Amino acid sequence: MRGVFDIVGPIMIGPSSSHTAGAARLGLMAGKILGEPVAKAEILLHGSFARTYRGHGTDKALIGGLLGFSPEDERIRDALDIAKERGLDYSFAPVDLGDAHPNTAVFVLTGINGRKITVGGASVGGGNIEVRNIDSFQIALTGQYPSLIIVHTDKPGVIRDISDVLAKHRVNIAFMRVFRRNRGQQAMMIIETDEELTEDIIQDCRSTGVIENAFAVPAI
Amino acid sequence: MVNFNSIKELIELAKENKTTIGKITMEYEMEHSFDSKEHMLKSMEDNWRVMQESIERGVSNKDKSLSGLTGGDAIKIYAHRDNSYTGKTVMTAAASAVGVSEVNAVMGRIVACPTAGSCGIVPAAIKTAAEKNNNTEEEIVDALFTAAGIGLVIEANASIAGAYGGCQAECGTAAGMAAGAMVQLAGGTPDQVGHAVALAIKNLLGLACDPVAGLVEVPCVKRNGFVAVHSMVAADMALAGVESVIPVDEVIDAMDRIGRSLPRTVKETAEGGLALTKTGKEISKRVFG
Repeated sequence: MRGVFDIVGPIMIGPSSSHTAGAARLGLMAGKILGEPVAKAEILLHGSFARTYRGHGTDKALIGGLLGFSPEDERIRDALDIAKERGLDYSFAPVDLGDAHPNTAVFVLTGINGRKITVGGASVGGGNIEVRNIDSFQIALTGQYPSLIIVHTDKPGVIRDISDVLAKHRVNIAFMRVFRRNRGQQAMMIIETDEELTEDIIQDCRSTGVIENAFAVPAI
Repeated sequence: MVNFNSIKELIELAKENKTTIGKITMEYEMEHSFDSKEHMLKSMEDNWRVMQESIERGVSNKDKSLSGLTGGDAIKIYAHRDNSYTGKTVMTAAASAVGVSEVNAVMGRIVACPTAGSCGIVPAAIKTAAEKNNNTEEEIVDALFTAAGIGLVIEANASIAGAYGGCQAECGTAAGMAAGAMVQLAGGTPDQVGHAVALAIKNLLGLACDPVAGLVEVPCVKRNGFVAVHSMVAADMALAGVESVIPVDEVIDAMDRIGRSLPRTVKETAEGGLALTKTGKEISKRVFG
């Protein structure tokens, strides 16, 4: 059963919870995963997003999200102009992702410090989202909880080391998933937590060894 | 632990504890979300503030939507309210609901209630009731929790999404929420709230979701005005002592079964009904090429 504030709420910019509010949250989440202001965004739209994005303002919402606007921020309406003012170079193109969710967007992002990442996700209804790819990893991330994303080598003990760090900082794990390309190769761990993830937690994770990268994505 | 799976259980809990359905709903949410009472009240006050702002902007809105299909009707209805057949109260409610829905269509800020497509109904109904009864903000917030409790049960036992249940799931649910909240704001009993919900939903069963070009505009924007008034009639009948022959939870079950058996062409696909009219198709072609 969902909560009271999913029924009376959320506060949002119209016109559509899936095509506008959800799109803004997808953009916001992709920007948070990049972890720095976006300089360039190539956005691929699949299914209903590709067909109807102009009528629902999906393009404005996706870009507004990338600019850090929440789904209730009235600047979403002017997001395309604001992006131009801020030098965010964006483009939209349709893409056929087969049987992917009909409201799917793929963000190919470059940050102002040169960081590059590809994030794919779907607006799954009622303003809710699910990030389904980060680079070539197939993942699942809703943005409802603070999340810890760890890129590491697939070997025994890594999960224990990370959960030790979280236990030490008294952070409770709500959901946890691990993904890997092949046995013994690069892997990704996604941990959704009940508490906020502070910078010292991230530093402790990085110093556990066999970690390529660790970063936190706040709840949105 | 407070728990309910039906409107009947909500009503019984409210009666046993000599309180409102809203208070029971808030108790339930506190236990399930680990949220504090203060924070929840603040969040609902924020919702009410945004609802009021959207009504104010709505009844004076001259902006057009991205497609150009809607915008500027609420202000006309509002100007006509003193000369209307239905009277000032009813026309003001209709203008408010259409206005909020226009604000949604022009990418303004609204409260989805339960959805963006049906966002004008509950605010318009509650504002109408609160003005007539001189309700306090505390009573209004409690009525919004009552509306939320009704919506939660419908979501659990049927659907609040047009894509699953047709428009009866969106505007029908909003009508039930609005009617129940209005009864409570007038000092009606929990049983009367239940009858109002049943009456409101029963008379919108089977409603198609067939938006032109797939946009939340035609018929959605004006429908919000009609359904706000519909919910007022349901509340008035319940307050007058009229009872629904079919109990409210059975009405919700009927809504669920009808929703499942509706063809997909009238479940938000824009492949049936008004969307497939000659004009509907022309509009779709003009907007999307």
